[in-house]
Amino acid sequence: MSDLKKTDSKKTIRKILRYIKRHIPLVVLSILLAAIIVFLTLYIPILIGNAVDVLLAGKGNIDFEELIRIMIKIGIVMGITALAQWVMNTINNHITYHVVEDIRNDAMKRIQILPLSFLDSQATGDVVSRVVSDVDTFADGLLMGFTQLFTGVLTILGTLGFMLRTSPIVTIVVVVITPLSFFVAKFIATHTHDYFKNQSVVRAEQTALIDEMIGNQKIVKMFSREEAVKEEFDEINGRLHDSSLKAVFYSSLVNPSTRFVNALVYAGVAVVGGFFVIKGWGSAEAAALTVGELTAFLSYANQYTKPFNEISGVITELQNAIVCASRIFELIEKEPQIPDAESAKVLKEPEGAVSLQNVSFRYIPEKPLIRDFNLDVKPGQRIAIVGPTGCGKTTVINLLMRFYDVDEGKISIDGTDLRELTRKSLRSNIGMVLQETWLKAGTIKENICMGKPDATDEEIVAAAKAAHSHSFIKRLPDGYDTVIGEDGGMLSQGQKQLLCITRVMLCLPPMLILDEATSSIDTRTEIRIQKAFAKMMQGRTSFIVAHRLSTIKEADVILVMRDGNIVEQGNHESLLAKGGFYAELYNSQFAI
Amino acid sequence: MKSLLKYLRNYKKESILAPLFKLLEASFELFVPIVISKIIDVAIPSGNNSMIIKMGLVLALLALVGMVAAITAQFFAAKAAVGFSAELRSAVFAHIQTFDFTSIDKVGISTLITRMTSDINQLQNGVNMVLRLFLRSPIVVFGAMIMAFTIDVKSALIFVVAIPLLAVIVYGIMLITMPLFKKVQGSLDKVLGHTRENLTGVRVIRAFGLEDKELGDFEADNRILAKSQTRVGRFSALTNPLTYIIVNGAIIALIYVGGVQVNMGNLTQGQVVAIINYMSQILVELIKLANLIVLMTKAAACGDRVADVLKMENAPVIKESGFTSGNGKEDTSGAFDDYIVFDHASLTYEGAGAETLTNINFSVKKGQTVGIIGGTGSGKSSLVNMIPALYYATKGSVRFMGKDLKDLDAAEFRKRIGIVPQKAVLFKGTIRSNLLWGNPDATDEELWKALEIAQAAEVVKGKDGGLDAEVEQNGRNFSGGQRQRLTIARALAGNPEILILDDSASALDYATDANLRKAISGIKDTTVFIVSQRASSIRNADKIIVLDDGEVAGIGTNEELLESCEVYNEIYYSQYERA
Repeated sequence: MSDLKKTDSKKTIRKILRYIKRHIPLVVLSILLAAIIVFLTLYIPILIGNAVDVLLAGKGNIDFEELIRIMIKIGIVMGITALAQWVMNTINNHITYHVVEDIRNDAMKRIQILPLSFLDSQATGDVVSRVVSDVDTFADGLLMGFTQLFTGVLTILGTLGFMLRTSPIVTIVVVVITPLSFFVAKFIATHTHDYFKNQSVVRAEQTALIDEMIGNQKIVKMFSREEAVKEEFDEINGRLHDSSLKAVFYSSLVNPSTRFVNALVYAGVAVVGGFFVIKGWGSAEAAALTVGELTAFLSYANQYTKPFNEISGVITELQNAIVCASRIFELIEKEPQIPDAESAKVLKEPEGAVSLQNVSFRYIPEKPLIRDFNLDVKPGQRIAIVGPTGCGKTTVINLLMRFYDVDEGKISIDGTDLRELTRKSLRSNIGMVLQETWLKAGTIKENICMGKPDATDEEIVAAAKAAHSHSFIKRLPDGYDTVIGEDGGMLSQGQKQLLCITRVMLCLPPMLILDEATSSIDTRTEIRIQKAFAKMMQGRTSFIVAHRLSTIKEADVILVMRDGNIVEQGNHESLLAKGGFYAELYNSQFAI
Repeated sequence: MKSLLKYLRNYKKESILAPLFKLLEASFELFVPIVISKIIDVAIPSGNNSMIIKMGLVLALLALVGMVAAITAQFFAAKAAVGFSAELRSAVFAHIQTFDFTSIDKVGISTLITRMTSDINQLQNGVNMVLRLFLRSPIVVFGAMIMAFTIDVKSALIFVVAIPLLAVIVYGIMLITMPLFKKVQGSLDKVLGHTRENLTGVRVIRAFGLEDKELGDFEADNRILAKSQTRVGRFSALTNPLTYIIVNGAIIALIYVGGVQVNMGNLTQGQVVAIINYMSQILVELIKLANLIVLMTKAAACGDRVADVLKMENAPVIKESGFTSGNGKEDTSGAFDDYIVFDHASLTYEGAGAETLTNINFSVKKGQTVGIIGGTGSGKSSLVNMIPALYYATKGSVRFMGKDLKDLDAAEFRKRIGIVPQKAVLFKGTIRSNLLWGNPDATDEELWKALEIAQAAEVVKGKDGGLDAEVEQNGRNFSGGQRQRLTIARALAGNPEILILDDSASALDYATDANLRKAISGIKDTTVFIVSQRASSIRNADKIIVLDDGEVAGIGTNEELLESCEVYNEIYYSQYERA
């Protein structure tokens, strides 16, 4: 591991510890319990050894009173151990799942304030997998760390202590041989690392294919590509099979090999211990071992080496957990959008005068998009923005809603710079309908009420009627209570747009933005909706982006955009008369 | 879950050999206490150092042979588990390929993806562990018991009591935690759903100032997840302490019975040590088992989820006998009058309350261009989706050259059809690889021809690499209009007999749209269906079908409809000014 990586994972660990800190008393308790458990678990072999020594008296000479005393002791020790184990496990669960809950909540909190420039650039699946799978893997690792690392380390230390007390020389045998298993484990781990990496690369490739093909299963069907896609899948699947087999098999070598080393330790203890017992056989020498002690020793040898196996497992698991944790922290620590200024005002019942002064903006530093854009909108005006794809129409909306901030110049409403308003109050005063419809999994009603959760049923129906969605909603199996899936399920594209319009109709915001909001709605319905909008928009400022020139003819001002600039400005008639770019666009409608 | 076992069938040998070698390994382990008791009972009392060394060597040898057996077992287990998951994945993927549109609508895509990836991965782990350890554990447990019997029957009887008790505990905990695990998975699904929604709907959420509400909803479900996880944890945390109590309780009993036996001269102390060692071996094994059971229970829950996908079947295609032969006579003439016929066809989506299309009747001649227009939700897309048999008529029939579509091999039939869906999706790869979807054998010349017609040639020429320019996932490195034109080219590359354009020019400006239609009308012998909101797109069609709320409101040419069809008039004059 390089130094850089090391400091990185150190940093990550520090961050994890910050989350654990809230549970400090429990962590202390857990460690305490672990110590008790280890001590008692190690004490039991001694007791059993004592019992064996009692048995040594041989036929007819067994001291049953002594034996029963030892048995009761074992019973008590065992009871306490079991209880402590359960409490410790429960505490560890508690800590782990609460840490994970906190991390997930923090991630979600951060998502709410991350700038759109970041979210727009991320694949949804990637962020989702950070919040869900990475955190899950992290939880597994953390839990394993808690339950096995503490007890493992403590067991090693404890057994060492007990063994030293019993026989230092035999202990040396154990200590000398055991590290072998570490070397073996490490040797195998470094060699399997590549196989694992290869496996996850192929696995990611396969997941991407699954995501793409199953996500677009309908298109696969349309082109009868089932067989071809299956072949493609099976090809990757075959490679995954091979790389998984290697990774799984080679990593599974660790266990038998370390166990082999442990068995050697065991044999070593038996032999050396045996010598010592013989040496002391019949003599009263203190250094000698009894058979009972040898029994205890053998069981220590087992207990001492076992954690080595587990720890080598835990370490890989922890490394994995740290990698996952760093991925989620990357998200949590992503620079948020600039917070609302302290002095930010709440926008209340605006007149709706909007002005853009010398606005410049670019998504990518090298590619300027909007340059020196100027516009003055009087309260209540209807502004239509037209132009070919990629000319920056949607960008203007991103800026008006403050999804993005301008690079230069300023946008103001009723004379106040947007940056001096709270985002929330700004947005609550603008109703927005986008071409990309977005519906939540839930009922139709929940989707309509998003902007006004306390709306009455009458208000909802009135809004739906105005948006011309009422007639199709009432024909759904459960009317307004019909549950729809995440992407609107079986609703047609146009119906989804109608629902989004209903949503805005219900709120009656003072300003309105329609970005290709009616692109999938038939023109008749569109005209009716526009009438409803017109009624509702009386005295409200509105911005409309559309391809369909018929929908924007009635605008007060038409902005014709091209490559981030306004090339023409005026109303329909004056622009047609001018015979410029707008006229060209408009006439192409009839050009056959 | 059991139904998944058949995917192990090609790995019978491995699935048997792996536990067998484990058995071998375990039995070697079972000799260890005997060797130790030999040291205690024979070598030590007689002071025989060389015998101790010999016994030590025997222990080392047992360890070596055990390791070789274990590695062999691991190999077979890995082979079986990885092979199993590969076959299962392939089977699930193939099965999903057979889903019809109705099934796809019903299942939901994201859950299919998780089941194919993380659920199957969990299963692979489960199978691997089962083959490696789950069989080993009973072998060690029962082996230890049998060995105990060979030493002393009376003491061994304690094992007979302890082992069933352990089994009951292990099984009971599994029984309790299994449904809890499923609940955890369910809560996790919800957390995932929230996360997805907050990303895909970020603009709407912020526009409505719903950040706090969304966060609250997320936190509530996240809380439930943490709670259900802790609850499972509480139960599975019982496994270790309970087994610990039983095993140590058994050891206490063993000491006492052993004491009595030794006192009576029936047992040596070495033998008592051996029996106690067997009990400890059981303990060690069961602790391993306890961890395994958590994994197993998870894998079983995942297995159920995967098995559910495989169980899912398309609803059978129901034919109404009365309609298949048309109006009493068979259309065997191949008369092109009846190239495509909708004969009293209706469509009801599964789970929907009402019919989406009702009693659709029309016929199309080969080479005609058909325009389909109508209000939002009037059933335009549904209608054209019935032509390539993506949905079958739930009443009546759709026929192609006299044959009911339900009698045709749908996949074969679709090869004659080029479809441009409403949503313009491209696949990761190159422009060429995308175009080849329409026709895997197309030459460059054919591809360029298709691109020319689709008005997409300049798009491709403008990209580095031309036909071999990279396409990112979902084609996100192309604009909406560019994507639409490329999907049109993709459909045309197959020289389709039937071309379906489902509102696929919506992102094109009018000029490009007009050029496109001109180019398409130049293709000979292709029957074209155009769905559009724009009257201009369809007004030159040979036949225009006007849909209104799932029913035909009028069929005819532009002129005919302008004279007779009120709905068409409304649509038309909402776009053209009345002359």
